Amino acid sequence: MSDHATPLTLRAVVGSHRPEEELFGSVYDPAIIRRIGAFVRPYRREFLISVVAVLIFTLTQLAVPMIIRHAIDKGVMAGPAGMGVLRLSLLAFAVTIAVNFIASHVQETVVGKAAENVLFDIRRAMFAHLQRVSLSFMDKTEVGRLMSRLQGDVGSMQEFLETSVLSVGDIVLLFGIVTLMLYLDVELGLITLAVLPVLFVVRLYWLPLARDAFIKAHQTNSAVNGALAEGIHASRTVQAMGREGVNASLYRDKVLANLATHLHAARLAQVLVPVVDTLTGLSMALVVVLGGSMVLDRQLDVGVMVAFLFYIQRFFDPIRSLTIQYSVMQRAMASGQRLIEVLDVPVSVVDAPGAMDLDQTDGSVEFDHVTFGYNPSQPVLHDLTFRVEPGQTVALVGPTGSGKSSAMALIHRFYDVTSGTVRIGGQDVRQVTQASLSRQIAMVLQEPYLFTGTVLENIRYNTTTASREAVIAAATALGADAFIRALPQGYDTMLGERGGSLSTGQRQLLSFARALVADAPILVLDEATASVDSATEQVIQHALRTLLKGRTGLVIAHRLATVRHADKIMVLQAGRLVESGTHGQLLAQAGLYAKLYRANYASFDDIEGGV
Amino acid sequence: MTSKPNSQRPALEVMDVANAHSLLGGLGTLWRMTKIAFLTPWAATFAILATLVSSALQLMIPRLLGQAIDLTQTLAQDQSGGARTALMWTALMVLGVSALRGLFTTFQNYYSEAVNHYTGVELRLRYYEQVQRLSFGFHDTVHSGDLITLGLLDLDGARQFFSTGLARIVLLAVLIGFGGAMLLRTDFTLGLMALSFVPVVGWFSSISQLRLRLTWRDLQDRMAVLSRVMEENLGGIRVVRAFGAGDHELDKFDAASGKALTLAHDRVDIRVRSTGIMTLSFLAAMGLVLWIGGEKVMAGTMSVGTLTAFLTFMTILQMPVRQLGLLVNSFARTSTCGARVFAFLDLQPAVSSPSDAPDLQLSDITLRFDNVDFAYPAAPDVPVLRGLSFSARKGETIGIIGPPGSGKSTLAHLIPRYYNLTGGRISIDGQDIAQVSLSSLRRAAIVVAQDVFLFTTTLENNIAYGEPRACVEAIERAADDAQIHNHIDDLDARYHTLVGERGASLSGGQRQRLTIARALLPKPSILIFDDSTAAVDAATEARLRAALQAGAADRVTLIVAHRLNSLQHADRILVLDQGRLVETGTHADLLAQHGRYRALYDLQTNAEDREGT
Repeated sequence: MSDHATPLTLRAVVGSHRPEEELFGSVYDPAIIRRIGAFVRPYRREFLISVVAVLIFTLTQLAVPMIIRHAIDKGVMAGPAGMGVLRLSLLAFAVTIAVNFIASHVQETVVGKAAENVLFDIRRAMFAHLQRVSLSFMDKTEVGRLMSRLQGDVGSMQEFLETSVLSVGDIVLLFGIVTLMLYLDVELGLITLAVLPVLFVVRLYWLPLARDAFIKAHQTNSAVNGALAEGIHASRTVQAMGREGVNASLYRDKVLANLATHLHAARLAQVLVPVVDTLTGLSMALVVVLGGSMVLDRQLDVGVMVAFLFYIQRFFDPIRSLTIQYSVMQRAMASGQRLIEVLDVPVSVVDAPGAMDLDQTDGSVEFDHVTFGYNPSQPVLHDLTFRVEPGQTVALVGPTGSGKSSAMALIHRFYDVTSGTVRIGGQDVRQVTQASLSRQIAMVLQEPYLFTGTVLENIRYNTTTASREAVIAAATALGADAFIRALPQGYDTMLGERGGSLSTGQRQLLSFARALVADAPILVLDEATASVDSATEQVIQHALRTLLKGRTGLVIAHRLATVRHADKIMVLQAGRLVESGTHGQLLAQAGLYAKLYRANYASFDDIEGGV
Repeated sequence: MTSKPNSQRPALEVMDVANAHSLLGGLGTLWRMTKIAFLTPWAATFAILATLVSSALQLMIPRLLGQAIDLTQTLAQDQSGGARTALMWTALMVLGVSALRGLFTTFQNYYSEAVNHYTGVELRLRYYEQVQRLSFGFHDTVHSGDLITLGLLDLDGARQFFSTGLARIVLLAVLIGFGGAMLLRTDFTLGLMALSFVPVVGWFSSISQLRLRLTWRDLQDRMAVLSRVMEENLGGIRVVRAFGAGDHELDKFDAASGKALTLAHDRVDIRVRSTGIMTLSFLAAMGLVLWIGGEKVMAGTMSVGTLTAFLTFMTILQMPVRQLGLLVNSFARTSTCGARVFAFLDLQPAVSSPSDAPDLQLSDITLRFDNVDFAYPAAPDVPVLRGLSFSARKGETIGIIGPPGSGKSTLAHLIPRYYNLTGGRISIDGQDIAQVSLSSLRRAAIVVAQDVFLFTTTLENNIAYGEPRACVEAIERAADDAQIHNHIDDLDARYHTLVGERGASLSGGQRQRLTIARALLPKPSILIFDDSTAAVDAATEARLRAALQAGAADRVTLIVAHRLNSLQHADRILVLDQGRLVETGTHADLLAQHGRYRALYDLQTNAEDREGT
């Protein structure tokens, strides 16, 4: 992959290599067409109108040489008597171009807009679906991959939708030209059309070669772009480690490889031009020689010969568009396949039929013999039973992988248990609506997650009914008001990407405030592990206590201070509850907790290979 | 951690304002792009010659066809073998000209395309080099996403200038200029009519392309908002689910999506309106030619072949004239995109060493700070370090501590000269670091950064990042010293395990230790830990300290931390506050002083006890 044949192995690459997705699928896949067709159906009227319009448009294109032929033979060449015919022909010409104008306008507008609508609809359907699919799918799928579905794949459907209507016109144009040429003169038509099969054969042979070249160029492009993106993200590391020279030469290799594939693709793309031009020339030459002789022999009107010359100059256009359309369809099928994959991701957590709203709860949380695994055959929680009384704060501790986060996720029914029951206020979480359940539970995740928007919008988030005062009150209670007011526009300051301009501690306080504004009787909190300086640490501890006041709290605790303030500590190990009690009780038991505590770890989490 | 200046994005925006809006700047950009295109003189010249030939051949076809038609007419009254021979010759000419035109069109297209790619190669290499060359101060103020957009989209827009701009001008000039002249010479009025569609189509095509170009940026911006909404939603899907905010998120999506869709519809209208008028004006001109030409033929003042030549010529001219708009678009695109790219390429790095700067000569390794003042370039009025002086000798370990914003990380970044000082001097073995070559300085002094950056490649490549030619043994030794070897050894693919998206997931502590191994491998004479063990647990940190002890005798070690137990074993501890050195001494000395260090110590050790009460 990267080992260069230098005397000493160069252990260096620039840019990562991720496997490419298929660019081309089979040209026609009924299953995909059917699914995408469902999105087109609401706009079937629009598509029908544009097909009709494109047919009319094509007919006018076909008519122009015929009118010219008529004007020449029956008008111009017919002596003084022809003047009337010429005038009439010109009138027909005027009508034709008016119809052409209207038809092309209707067709392009209608299909252009309808295609945009369809793809925005597809994107929305996918996005809405992703809001409901099982979290375990989201856990194991990269955001980048989903984004390329939502953008790239949806985009290539647009090309397909727009051009497929035009292809109908191309097919009609091709058959129309052939028919009219045969109609004008069978013999001359057959002879000139004899070159067509040659072109088809050449094109068929050429197509796979061109596609390979296209794929290779595409791949080397991604490689170069990836390397550049890495170079930009890593600019500090590069300079700190003095890697500029090595990187520049590795990057040059990639750029030159990219150049080679593109030049190859360009050669292939161009190789057909002289073939098409020569064949066109051949057809025209045949018309000149044979048609010309026929005109001399008075077997053919000169206008027919003119019309032939016009048609010949047009008839390679639809063939070219149709072969392009072939590739477009293959790409659309490959993309369509991926779109459907997203739309078909199962939704595993759904409201039970007749599920009721969970309106008032006492805030108790109960696990009743809960067993759970992301993969049912590999449980991460085994027969877990405990009860948290209303208003109690419980700290969960245990090494990484002990199942703390999974247990917390079950309270909110992010996943369904394999067996046993999780109850909130005595109600099975599977028997109530998910919307009402989320009103009972506020969650603070380990990584504070902020959205692009103002501080106010971030704190308010989904609780859109919260007033500005309520938001300020929450921030003040948590000790965040001062730093927020110190920002350039106070609560209306726009936060950058993921709250980039804020410190870790400040981001945590904002995510606390969001939970406080949501004002749910149960708080589930995964304590951040990121280290902050001692002063900030104290502010956060204070804020945490404010947040927990008057609520049932379940905290995945990493900080000793948090643990010691809990009413009860539960120690998990390998998915089982191994100890529970107060700090004092557990120390006296001299079990796992005591061992963890005495080791004086900064965090209970970062323990190499368990204990 | 909070000491970095607030990241704003002046640099790239200044570049926009400075260049895109002046006509002269635009011409300057086009001239520079032209010069780059002619860096491959033979390909560019050949492309232009081929364009000339192919368009000239193109012009011959209508004449030949007209001639053929006339042959069938003039000789109709006077049947003789000569007519058929003449027809045969004309046919052969048509075939030959068509074949040659195809050949030269291929050359034209291929070499134009090739010049585009050569231009792309040139720009890409310069761009990459510039990214690596510009100093930390620049990267602090510029959003990496903007740099990526500039290096992908803008660069791509600019690199196609040759084929879409230069070669196309030649093509259009020959076709419209020579073709037009030929028509006008043959029959002036009819020629005017045949050409009447050219200004109309040229105008509408240019206007619509300009409007599409303007709305394109707008559409990209709106699509970027939509992407951001989706990306943030998917990245934060747990928050979304936790707050049951699916509907709220769909509302956000619909708002962003609606804005993009409206503009997409507008763009369809812009496009369609002009293409319709273009076709209409073309066909109308054709009708006019047919009408007047037809009457002339009937009056006997023109041959039917000439009329055919006029009509054929119009069909040939139609496509290139429609492309006038693309030409305008190309100039507009190249001057804006190119200006942005050149503005970036023209930036001078704030930190650089003269090409004749001597390499740093290391002898007994003494690091000295003399009265160092520093402020970040983005915020020159906010002093970060003030009058800082201290020195460290080989074998010493210096701890640096202070509250957030005290300048401790900044101090670490000044030693490898990530930034220039505002005042004072830093020297290594008596040589001012500003006077020696950057590469030798940065080989000698390595900072283990606070923010871990790992590359999406193997663990081995990550460790060997600063020394890609290191042998396996050296890599394993560095990993062993950094307390990460045992973990790597347990992995299936060991040192060949991939890091990142599809590779091993590493904990924060493991990532930090990997970064330490990377810094240890080149055996720096000055090794600086910038709060780089924060996520490493205490026991591992103790083992790490012991392992590093062995090499410590040959270098100067600086440890910046806010956790006291990371640096209480240092030979000397510097306490910073608001950019000043306020206390110095060993752990024991400083505790005895009952100063800030003591206060910090009390805060960290007793915090829990006080909270407990």
